[in-house]
Amino acid sequence: MLEVEGLHARYGQSHVLFDVSLRVERGEVVCLLGRNGAGKSTTLKSIIGVVPPAAGRVRFKGEDVTGREPFLLARLGIGYVPDDRRIFADLTVAENLDIAARPAAGGEGWTRERVFGLFPVLREKLGHKGGHLSGGEQKMLALARALVGNPELLLLDEPLEGLAPLLVRALAGQILRLKAAGLTVLLAEQNVGAALGVADRAYVIDDGRIRYHGTVADLKANDEVRRRYLLV
Amino acid sequence: MDLSALASQLLVGLSRAMILFIVSAGLSFVLGVLRVPNVFHGSLYMIGAFVAFTIAAWAGEPALGLALAIAAAPLVVALVGLVVERTLLSHLYQREHLMLILFTFGVMLILNDVVKLVWGADYRSILPPAALQGMASAFGLALPRYNALLLGAGPVVAVAMWLFTHRTRVGTIARAAAVDREMVGVLGIDVSRVFALAFVVGCYLAGLGGALVAPTTSISLGMDHTIIIEAFLIVTIGGLGNIWGALVGSLLFGVTQSVGLLVWPQFAVVFPYLATVIVLLARPTGLLRSVW
Repeated sequence: MLEVEGLHARYGQSHVLFDVSLRVERGEVVCLLGRNGAGKSTTLKSIIGVVPPAAGRVRFKGEDVTGREPFLLARLGIGYVPDDRRIFADLTVAENLDIAARPAAGGEGWTRERVFGLFPVLREKLGHKGGHLSGGEQKMLALARALVGNPELLLLDEPLEGLAPLLVRALAGQILRLKAAGLTVLLAEQNVGAALGVADRAYVIDDGRIRYHGTVADLKANDEVRRRYLLV
Repeated sequence: MDLSALASQLLVGLSRAMILFIVSAGLSFVLGVLRVPNVFHGSLYMIGAFVAFTIAAWAGEPALGLALAIAAAPLVVALVGLVVERTLLSHLYQREHLMLILFTFGVMLILNDVVKLVWGADYRSILPPAALQGMASAFGLALPRYNALLLGAGPVVAVAMWLFTHRTRVGTIARAAAVDREMVGVLGIDVSRVFALAFVVGCYLAGLGGALVAPTTSISLGMDHTIIIEAFLIVTIGGLGNIWGALVGSLLFGVTQSVGLLVWPQFAVVFPYLATVIVLLARPTGLLRSVW
């Protein structure tokens, strides 16, 4: 469903991604693991077009979409949840969801009601301003906002970061439910344990380069890789 | 001093403030959503007045002429805004503010010459229809009838703008884009089209202000300079991008001006600026919350 080949990216003068290649098949949950500043966020931002790739190819559903504008990629079916949430603080929860709503290509898809099934707390806060929610609630709203756009591929940037352990477990459970509902997910995470608990395959990124990729079971068995690239 | 004269003068000031509000609400909206300090906003106001004059003169009959002018002149101005936005401005949003000021300043000079070419340098005026001439009086207060009409126009525009930004999808998107346009794009929304619409709405309000002010003033070259300075000050003291701030700022500006006329006519023009200085010393980011 998603193929990234030889991706390079820069922020101004600094080169931050080097020859990043990865693929995500339909229905998979793939995680991209790495330390802070390893290039996880930039990889996702390059895929959604917020940081235009300096070189390399991005293909989505077989189509070359390299360098397209983010709104076109979103319309093709890529949803993106940024690590810093970027909730519209002046808009209410209801408005945050309404402007993001986009009917599903086929079937009923994710409606506001169905999203409240995952995050009941949002229903109670419909009239509240996004900026008045707690950090955890904003994370849920960011995910809910992406879902009502009915993406086929969801890019999640550190959805578990900064959450209390109880919430981490709850949100990890929700990600599994998304997978069960047929969504394809690329999950960038620092929380290796939780990420490996939900993913099928894993990529490890360090210093802007992919250092390892394999199944979750392989990575769990490979102490060398985990020690070199993932231990803080 | 006579109390009822003071009250009447206040009402005149309020009605002038309504024009200022309509124009600065447009400026503020564009500043808030697009982050563009539109220097040629004043030129659009002037064009609105000139177009209103042409329409009224063409229609002949005063009541019909004025109604047509107020209905159509803002639309003509909005069209001018749309053309400038799509052909030029839409390619410049990523530039820094200084570049945008220089660009919009350049457009102001060009529009000024266009007005000179089309309407010449003569003073023009629109005669209000008989029903709107003379004084209206209520509760012992006298107020020119046309000013009473203006008093009603301000609140209508304020409510319409609130409904647009809070009760329509595109208006809600405009509020979101004011804060984080990149994230709005990531949601699959073509921000460029939202910007075009927001800009056109701002231009419409400039044109509406120009058409509404036309019967009360001599329509001439140079009316763009006065209004743009006032509108920028109002937007600054109100809080950038805040429509209610534009209302508060306009009231402060209009009322200090008219009260100044009464208490110290030779220095009347100083009062609003003095009020601006005092507000900015006390609250440098404006009275209400700025969206910047």
